[in-house]
Amino acid sequence: MPSDNHVDGNAMGGLLMDAFGREMTDARGCCASCGSEHVMAELIVYRSGPGDVLRCPSCSTVLMVATPLPSGPRIYFSRLLWLAPKERA
Amino acid sequence: MARAALRGRLTWQVADLVDRIDETAQVRSLVLDVPDWPGHRPGQHVDVRLTADDGYQAERSYSIATPADGTRVTITVERIDDGEVSPYLVDELGVGDKLELRGPIGGYFVWQPSDGGPLFLAAGGSGLVPLMAMVRARIGGGGHVPVRLLVSSRSPDEVIYGGELGMIDTDQAGVEVIQTFTRAQPLGWSGYRRRVDREMLDDVAWPASDNPRCYVCGPTGFVEAVATALVELGHEPGNIRTERFGPTGG
Repeated sequence: MPSDNHVDGNAMGGLLMDAFGREMTDARGCCASCGSEHVMAELIVYRSGPGDVLRCPSCSTVLMVATPLPSGPRIYFSRLLWLAPKERA
Repeated sequence: MARAALRGRLTWQVADLVDRIDETAQVRSLVLDVPDWPGHRPGQHVDVRLTADDGYQAERSYSIATPADGTRVTITVERIDDGEVSPYLVDELGVGDKLELRGPIGGYFVWQPSDGGPLFLAAGGSGLVPLMAMVRARIGGGGHVPVRLLVSSRSPDEVIYGGELGMIDTDQAGVEVIQTFTRAQPLGWSGYRRRVDREMLDDVAWPASDNPRCYVCGPTGFVEAVATALVELGHEPGNIRTERFGPTGG
């Protein structure tokens, strides 16, 4: 059953912008497990641990883990096949 | 020069609190002046950072409640009683105090009048905040896109911006507000008194054949129930944008 204690990738916007230097919630990514494509804002995010765990909304595979460290954000890529920032006008 | 070169990067800025507005017993809007604010789009948020005397820091995201207005940025904060950040923002922060923030953030859960419509907005509790920025942008001179806003609250005294919502003249503004109260209703209430469900959305949302843009924001359970029902009613998943606030809605 889906639980209620997650948020979504909208909440990761600040950390992702810190890491990539640009808005990333509308960047598209592909899950290496199921092949589905989603924008970062649609990812399911669990924030209870020391790192934020970003999961595929289609198959729940962990795509990334993001951690704000004193030295800056660090992002671990696990099953994110590709990531494509949106073209800016 | 340096600023232009760094555009796109996110830096912490110091804002001044210039006004506080009581919305409900638990919710307060904070009107901030941010000297180097670059402007924002309705639906975007800011990250707020508090630093304790011992250096411990806590960060939270808060949606912006108003459309772009120079250096003014209004956020609306719900007090979570055991929270680390919101009790300070709601109870302690006074006019003239400083607050550290960064933004604007968000490129997905955003709408501006030039994006078109029709527009259907569904809010659960304080999920109304970013949607209100869209409604205010639309009413404040932003074109003619027809808007329907569905607001789900537990009781009338928990409705944020209640006075402003009640004053919206549907015929004149082209913005229709529909409310449902799930626990306690106003005296003589003849409207909805249950959680948002598929039947309600069938009545209230624009039909899928109109190809509306749908924005859903609130507690996670609310968002997922509404988004699922909209898809069942035939709405294109790509036309439904969601933002989950988590279990507490704040």
